[in-house]
Parts: sequence; structure tokens; C-alpha cells
Amino acid sequence: MSNSHALTLTINGQSRSAENVRPHTTLLNWLRDQGLTGCKEGCAEGECGACAVLVARPDEQGGTRLESVNACLVLMGSLAGQEVVTAEGLGRPGALHPVQHELAVRGGSQCGYCTPGFVVSMAAEYYRPERAAGDAHHGPNGFDIHALSGNLCRCTGYRPIQDAAYALEAPPLSDGLAQRRSQTPPTPQPTHLSTPDGDFHRPGTLAEAVELLAVHPDAKLLAGGTDWGVEVNLRHARAGVTIAVDGLPELRTLTLTDQFIELGAGLNLSELERRLGHRVPLLREWFPHFASRLIRNSATLGGNLGTASPIGDSPPVLLALEASVVLAGPQGEREVALAEYFTGYRQTVRQPGELIRAVRIPLPLAPITGFYKIAKRRFDDISSVASAIALELEGGAVKRIRIGLGGVAATPIRGLKAEAALTGQVWNEKNVRLAAKLLGTEGTPLDDHRASRAYRAAMLEQTLLKFFFERTNQEVLG
Amino acid sequence: MSLFERPPLGAVGDAVPHESADLHVTGQALYTDDLGVRLQGLLHAWPLQAPHAHARLLKLDTAPALNVPGVVRVLSAADVPGVNDAGVKHDEPLFPTEVMFYGHAVCWVLADSADAARLGAEAIQAEYEVLPAVLTIAEAVAAESFQGSQPTLRRGDVSLGFEQAAHIFEGEFEFGGQEHFYLETNAALAYTDESGQMFIQSSTQHPTETQEIVAHVLGLTSSQVTVQCLRMGGGFGGKEMQPHGFAAIAALGATLTGRPVRLRLNRTQDLTMTGKRHPFHARWKVGFDESGGLTALQATLSSDGGWSLDLSEPVLARALCHIDNAYFIPHIEVLGRICKTNKTSQTAFRGFGGPQGMLVIEDILGRCAPLLGLEAADLRQRNFYAPGEATPYGQPVRHAERLQGVWQTLLQKSEFAARQAEIRTFNASNPHTKRGLAITPVKFGISFNFTAYNQAGALVHVYKDGSVLINHGGTEMGQGLHTKMIQVAATALGVPLKCVRLAPTRTDKVPNTSATAASSGADLNGGAIKDACDQIKERLAAVAAGALGVHPNDVRFENGRVYPLGHPDQGMDFAKLVHDAYHLRTQLWAAGYYRTPGLHWDRAAMQGEPFKYFSYGASVSEVEVDGFTGAYRLLRADLLHDVGDSLSPLIDIGQVEGGFVQGAGWLTLEELRWDTSNGPHRGRLATQSASTYKLPSFSEMPETFNVALLEQATEDGVVYGSKAVGEPPLMLAISVREALRQAAAAFGPSGRPQQLASPATPEAVFWALEEARQVRGEVVAADD
Repeated sequence: MSNSHALTLTINGQSRSAENVRPHTTLLNWLRDQGLTGCKEGCAEGECGACAVLVARPDEQGGTRLESVNACLVLMGSLAGQEVVTAEGLGRPGALHPVQHELAVRGGSQCGYCTPGFVVSMAAEYYRPERAAGDAHHGPNGFDIHALSGNLCRCTGYRPIQDAAYALEAPPLSDGLAQRRSQTPPTPQPTHLSTPDGDFHRPGTLAEAVELLAVHPDAKLLAGGTDWGVEVNLRHARAGVTIAVDGLPELRTLTLTDQFIELGAGLNLSELERRLGHRVPLLREWFPHFASRLIRNSATLGGNLGTASPIGDSPPVLLALEASVVLAGPQGEREVALAEYFTGYRQTVRQPGELIRAVRIPLPLAPITGFYKIAKRRFDDISSVASAIALELEGGAVKRIRIGLGGVAATPIRGLKAEAALTGQVWNEKNVRLAAKLLGTEGTPLDDHRASRAYRAAMLEQTLLKFFFERTNQEVLG
Repeated sequence: MSLFERPPLGAVGDAVPHESADLHVTGQALYTDDLGVRLQGLLHAWPLQAPHAHARLLKLDTAPALNVPGVVRVLSAADVPGVNDAGVKHDEPLFPTEVMFYGHAVCWVLADSADAARLGAEAIQAEYEVLPAVLTIAEAVAAESFQGSQPTLRRGDVSLGFEQAAHIFEGEFEFGGQEHFYLETNAALAYTDESGQMFIQSSTQHPTETQEIVAHVLGLTSSQVTVQCLRMGGGFGGKEMQPHGFAAIAALGATLTGRPVRLRLNRTQDLTMTGKRHPFHARWKVGFDESGGLTALQATLSSDGGWSLDLSEPVLARALCHIDNAYFIPHIEVLGRICKTNKTSQTAFRGFGGPQGMLVIEDILGRCAPLLGLEAADLRQRNFYAPGEATPYGQPVRHAERLQGVWQTLLQKSEFAARQAEIRTFNASNPHTKRGLAITPVKFGISFNFTAYNQAGALVHVYKDGSVLINHGGTEMGQGLHTKMIQVAATALGVPLKCVRLAPTRTDKVPNTSATAASSGADLNGGAIKDACDQIKERLAAVAAGALGVHPNDVRFENGRVYPLGHPDQGMDFAKLVHDAYHLRTQLWAAGYYRTPGLHWDRAAMQGEPFKYFSYGASVSEVEVDGFTGAYRLLRADLLHDVGDSLSPLIDIGQVEGGFVQGAGWLTLEELRWDTSNGPHRGRLATQSASTYKLPSFSEMPETFNVALLEQATEDGVVYGSKAVGEPPLMLAISVREALRQAAAAFGPSGRPQQLASPATPEAVFWALEEARQVRGEVVAADD
């Protein structure tokens, strides 16, 4: 176990000792203090990607994946024993990495400030083992352009960056990082930093975490850090005790039974997306709308439900799926329906001393689903309203409908009035329009910088209509 | 050879990557804030930002800050040895006693770490007397809160023009500003160097003005202050005026503590403290003849200048000078005025008022076309300037025929007519999804409206080994200026690109520089570099002529070789010639200078020839709008733009594409929202972070993006026949907005004017199409 203020990690292939690490020191700031200034701060909240770095993570086969994350949101305490690669580590002038070469020669950099971050996000995709030609949703070389949706460029208009991405071939066998993928990944290393600014713990097991939490009931629970990192950077939040739980093996399981699918609360969303595949179509539709690849590589379901934001992206879909939350505490586990989990603005039934171990989705799933995120920008934006709908029809009538809503009240809610109005009724335009009117009266939407109250209310109504016309109209009429 | 003629061989015109591309991609390119780790004893500056839009500062007790561990000093007004002013108009106190906008910095804390400086700022006790605040253009107009001059652009007699009109329409249009959101926030690093001078690294588009402001704040002469700008992580106009005060704070701190001081704004500080593109309000009345020809335009443009004047006057002047865009308007009267509001002081932003002026006329044409029974594209085209016509401010529209040429070429290349028919079919069969297609033109005047700025200097050194080092007064913010300047120097001296190195912009090398702005960087600095190179080459030609036994006029410099005309095999290497020339006591370096000829401008009368030439372009955009949500996709964009004969095509294409996407961001996505309520946070910027102020990302890139430069477009009188490129393409994005208008209108009956708010966010588009749908509903009901 690392102790006191120091830890060891690997940067660009070299072992480095990080001294005097504080619990709130971000990887970005530490790297820059080391002179690795290729890593840039553009926003300090995981929105721009200028600080992207590669981290080595376990894959599902015992090997290693290289994934991109925002260094501004990674706390140094999380990195004991870990491996990080920055743009500087990929290549240098005169010996450019293929990603760097393609960007440079195609005009992919103008001011250059965002460029190291783009290089890193592109490198992650370059090394993604599943990347293959012919994938219909991706470039001709299998490059998933959405892998770059968390990187902002204010100069180029993106076209040359896309061209560079689509020009990349497979890494040659001699490529060191490509070879690194078949070797054992670094494992989460139990850590305890004790500093005048507070304590940082990374326990090794769930039992240890629960014990720590019993001693420090007010401790900040840290999973992917994509929310807490923003608090630390932008609002200068500080915690006396931080407990990192995302590496706990008990939170990293994915269990499939006849009755439910259980998703470990510590799995990041990219892992879930990959491992679930097509099993839950609503989640599959939803994943790309959750922030960016950079964020999904860190963010967890446990974290998204733990912060209990009314505009969190996961509650609407999980409410529509009638999911429940498995809470672990000193007395063991309990399961709470998500519909009863939220009690007020950023308030939940989770007791001090408890943590979210998993999320359970009951089976069978409703056969027709839809997810609608209303935002200014198509991807990587915070929703003004989100709506998820799960529908089961029987003989043209509604057997079961669940509507999860975000952004219209102090907590995520269900569209109960519309659900009730539709249940047992024929699924036709007249009935759906009546229900949509009711849906438009749900909650107490706000006027703010994202959207007006009137638009939010209109969108509740419109998303049900959109679902009707685009997801079910053909089936019912045809 | 004249300025615009190109030698048969030379690096100018080659599609070379950015000169720093290899440094960019490897993370080795250094920006101002990357330099701090190299310095010992570095101090970090942090502002105390006032939480009121307008207030009197009653008390400032900074003593508690000094009790915070790590805090070294607090800077306030009493510390200023020179003038307490950060602007050139003397209306921007560096340390204010009257808070003029929410977030105004009243003092700065210096500490060993940024965290300590922040905690120090939080410890300061400040007391304010809250004063009434003016926030919107409407409030400012009602309160007659204006600043600066109120120019009128006038030609002909508008009442006569309206008498001649068959159709007269009136309207109003208010549209939003734009945050620059350069990825690198404002930054400065200052220290007293080994020679005792104040040395400042600054992320500034205008090093000379930064130098002047620092000098007057410190009570020094300009010769005692040097400002260097290595490169900027984006500028877009946002670093033309805004960096000065931050550089002055760092320099003041360094002077008072004897330690280097780093000041770097975080994103929220940058968003809440620095100026943005001006929002505008327009009230207009327009007349058309029977065939849709413009007869008269009368308008009042009110810009929101924020709390101080900054560049609001020239921005307004450029808006007035671009309200005609590509159209001949025989009778015109446009009044401009600048509102003074309690917001950030709005400033230069790519286009500099041009986009605002052009948006007004394009909005008018887009709204009025259905009322005239015309396609918007036809209405636009029939009003184009014809050769021989002049702008309302009296400047002949040179190369007006290029407008028609660009337009026709683009209509064909984009298959406009066929796609318009396809879209009609698509819209008729899709009740919930509509597409829109639009084409819009750009005519943009190049040169600073402020005539004195149209000059530049350069310093070119040829060393004895034949290597070349160039300095010039322009700054690099990503636009590729340095790349172009290396190409110009290599071409002018006839050496390979790799022989030319460019040294960072600094005020002790080339003095009295103009801002790198108004798209003029390459025109002006290229002219100066070429002048310096030509001087050196003339001296070298004399030496070579002696050695080769030919007349100096018959010596050719090409790709590192120097030879007699027609005999490339008989020459010598450039390096050998340089070596010999040195021993013959030849001056191997030169200072170059350029000023744009033929400009004159009467600011009061708004008449003259303020521009060297016009840049032309046009764009076609196709969008698809979801009738349920108002969300849309930009399916395809086709751009054709005139950059003269491109100095550097890869760079120029990048400028055109980037400008277009940035313009589309302004018009569709980017929304600045201030708290205009009467609550405790009145005046606070609500969109003050990257999570609330959204830039275009990959998803906003056109799904098909065809970009071309106008061919055979030599511009005589400009360096190597090129034209400026920085700003004009931004306005190509107006076609995106017009396409959205078309798509929204398609939800309703034809022939009605479709209004659309700006920015046209999904919400704005939803309300526009809802209105169209409701009118259709009423029409259907009436028919029943």
C-alpha cells in the first residue's frame, strides 16, 4: 500500500515517483508541474478534451486496453501503480506517431492548443482492438468518430481531423503500445494518502470500503470522478476524506440471470456499453448520448445515481426499465426501486455508510423503447429535458408503458399520469395525443439558460408523439 | 517584379502544413502559460471578482488575505505607479472604484500557488453599494444609456426610395453575441529580465498595445518594456484588446515583488471578465420595386457595447459598412449607436461588426422573399452589385463580377436546382421532418477601417551560412500567418522553405506594430517581409552579377541557387553567394516596411475608400429539421471562396472551413445568457463554463463538406496576388441559418414570412416551426 504523500506511477513508459501529492491534486496539474505541458487546461470540467491522456486498463480477456480520459478530472490518488501516456509519449518531432503524422500533414492543427488532446483521443481509437474496416457506423477503417466528441477544436471545423482519423491504418506489430495490449494490465492499488489537506483512500475490497465509510460517514465517495472533479476544479470543493470505490472488484461485476441483469456500479459506461452489446436496446440507444467517450471511459452508473442530479442522464432510462439500486452497508445489502430512490433535490434514500454496489434491470424487457435527449448540441451536452419510454403492446393495446423523465423536477420522475392514461387503451394517435398532453403537465420545469419552461413542457409532449410516430406507428398501422 | 507577381518557382502557393504542426501534435508547442515551470519563485495571480453588475466599492480590506499561507501581496489601485487604466480610451480603470459588470476584478492576489492566491482573494473583505444596472439593449435604449459616437451611413434619399417602392416592409431583429472561446484562455507571464527591462510573455494579438498599456501603468517608457508572443491558442479578435490589463497586472506584480508573476484566467474567469462579439438590435424599413430590386433601406442598429468603449466604435462602423453585403441599395440611411450596459466590454471578434451588418440584410431578404413571391436565392442574386457601382460609403465595388461568377459556379457545383426540387418532394411526403436549402453571398472589405493601422514592419536576417531568420510584427494564433510569412520569405529570396526560420513576435525586434486583426496579417506583414527580402536580394544580385558577368537584373534566385537568366547550370549556391557577399562588405539584413496604398476614410461622414479590396464568397447549406423537437442536422455545405491566388492552400482551406463552422456556431448553437432578473445575481453570466456555453463539436460539422477556393483570382496590389482570408468565411455560415428558415417555413403554408431567432437553437427552430404549423392549421380550418 502506498503511504503518506507519495506514490509511484508510470508516465510515458518511465516509472515516476509523485511526491507531496494532495488529495485534490489532478493529474493535469501534476503533469504540467512536471514540465509535461502538452497536456492543456481548456475548461477543467471534462468538456473540451485538451487534457486527454491514455490510461492502461484491464480488458475482458486479461489483457490491457488503452483508454482516453480527461486528466483534469483524475485525482492523483487514483493513480498509484497505474500507467499514463501523454501526447509527448506517443512521438516527437522527427519521429511522429502515425496519429500525429496524419494530423500534422492534413492541416488538423491550427492554433495547436487542443491538438495534444485530439492526438490522445485518436490514439485510443487507433489502438482499440475492435476497430475494423466495414463497420457501417464508422469510418472506412472502423474509426468511431464519436470517440472524438469530447474534444473541442475552435479553429479547424473538424474536417481535416476527421480525414486524419479515417486515414489511420492498423498499428504495426512492432508498435510498443500495440504490444502492450496483450500484456497484463496494471491493477488498482490500495492507497492511503494522509496529508494536511485531507485523506485519500483507495480500499481493496468492498468490506474495507464499508468499514472506512463507517468510520467516516461524511466521506466523499469517488468513482469515475467526472462529477467530483468538476466540483474540485470549478467550485473548489474539498473533502476531508475521499474514498475511491470504482476499482472495488465487487462493484465491477456484470451478472445475467433469468430475472435480471445486474450492472456493477463501478463499471465505467464504456465497459458497460461494450459488455452489454445489444442485450438492452434502450441502453444501447442511450450510451452515445451520455457525455463523450472521454467521460464514458471514467463515469459510472453508481456515480451518476450517487450524485442524484435531476438532470443526470441515466435515471430516465433506468426508470423506464424499472431498475432498482442495490445498496451495500454495514448491515449488508438492500434493494430499492429507483422510482423510490430519489427523495428530493440531490437527496436519496441512501444512508450515510451505504454505497451503491449495483443496478438491477428486471427481465423481460419491454419490447419497444425510445430515448430522447433534448439539448442544444446533438452530442456531449447536458439535457434540458430527457425522456425514456418503454412500451409493451398486446393486441394493439397498451399492456405496460413506463416513462422516465429528467430535467422537469427536483428529481428524476416517472410520467405517471400519461402511463395511467395509456395503460389498457388502444395505442393510436388519438389516445397518444391525449396522453402526451398529460405528459406535458408533468413536473415543474424551469426557465434557465438551457431552455425555457414552455419548451421543456412542449418537449415532454413531443417526445411521446415522436416515439409514437417513429417507433410504433408502422407496426400498429401496418 | 511588383508586389503581386510570382516567380515561376517558389514556396508560395504550395499546400504546406502549419509551420508548428509537428510541435502541435507532439505537445511540444509552447504557449504563454507553459513557460512558468521554467522560472524560479513564480507567483500566481488571482482576481477578486465583484458579485454585482453595478456597484460602488465602499471598502476593500485586503489585510486578511495576507494571513493566508502562501499569499505574498495584494495588488490594488494604490500600487499603480503610472496610470490606473487598462484601455486605450481611458475608460477602463485597471483597479476600479465603481464596479461596472458582474465579475469585474477589483483587486488581485499574488501567492506561491494558485490555490493560495484564490483563498487569499476569498479572505478579502469588500463592501459595495449596489447601483442600478442596465443589462439589455432595450433597457439601455429606454434609459438612453449610450457611449461613443453615433454615426450615420447615408446615400441618396430614402424617402424618394420608398416612394419608388412597390413593396415596403418593416421589422425588428435582435440577435446574440458570441464568446470567442479560444481554447487557450488569457495568459501573461512577467518578470524583470537580466537587463532590467520589464519582459512580458503575453497571449496577445496586439503586442505593441500590450507594451504601451504596461508602460503607462508602470510609468515607464515603451523602450523599457518588451512584450513577446510565441503563439496563441486561438485569438479570433478576443486577444486584440483584452490581454493588456492582464499583462499589466502581471507586470505590476513582478515589479513590486521582484519575482516572476504568472496570470492565467481559468475558463470561468475568462468568460466572465473578457469581452465578446457585440449583440445587436436592428429596426428596419425596406423598399422593393416590382421585380424585387431594392429601392431603399432605412435602419437603426443598436449594438450592446458593454461597460466600456473598447473597440465598439470601429465594430459599429464596420457593421454599417457591411449592411449592404453584396447588394446595391440606391437609397440608404443607417443610424448606428452603441449601448452602454453593465456587461463585459464587448470587443473584436472575427468579422468585427461585418457579420452583424450582413446578418441584418440577409435576415431582411430571407423574410421578405416569400412576400415578394420570389425564391430567396433569386431575390439575392437580382440585387447583386454590378461592375461600376459603388457602396453607400462611396467605394467602387472592384471585381463585382466575381459575385455573379462565384454564385453561378456554386449553384452548378452544388446542384442547387436539382436539390431544391428533391427537397420539395421530400417535404411534401414527410409531415414530421423538413429539409431546407439556401445560398447566401459574402462581400467583405479588407483593411483596417482605422487607416493608420494599415502598416507593418519586418526584420530579415541572412546569416553568413545562407540561413535566414525572419521577424515580423504579426502574431500567430493558429491562422497560419507564420507559415505564410516563411513561404513569402523563401519565395522572395529564392531559397527552400527549410532555410527560413521565424523568430517569435516581440516588440524589441519590430516596433509599433498593428494588431494582427482585420484579416490583414498576411497582406501587411507579407508586404513588409517581401520588402526586406527584396532589399537584400538587390544587394546580393549586384554581387552575383559581378561574379557571373551579367547584369544584376538578369540574376535569378531560385530554390537555393543563384544563376544567370536562362542558364540555371551556370550558377552558384545561395550560401556561397552570401558568404562572398559578406566578405565584400554587403549588408545581409534589412528592415522591411509596408503600408497599404490608396486608402482614405472620413469617419464622421462615413465616406471614402476604407478598403483595399473586397473578398467574395458564397455558400450553400442544406439542413434537416425534426418537427417534434426543432433539432436539426447540417446535411451538406458547399463553399466557394475568393482568397486571390492562395499563398498557402492548406492553410486557407482551413481558415474557410473553420470560419464557416465558427459562424454556424454563432448563428445556431452558441448562446450567451445573462441573468436579467431583478434577483441578487442580476447581471451574472449564466453560461460561464464549457458545460453551459456550447461550441460546435464533431456533431455540428456538415455531414458532407465541399470547400473550394476560387481559381485564377489574382489580386494585383497584394503580396503574391493573394487575398486575406481570416474573417470573410465566417459569414458564409449565414446560409445555414437561411436553410433553417426554409425548413421551418416548410411546416407551414408557402408565401408567408418566416421569422427565426438568432441563435437558431433547436428551441428557437421549434418555436419557428410551431408558428408555421399553427398558420397551416388555421389555413386548413378556414378551408374546411
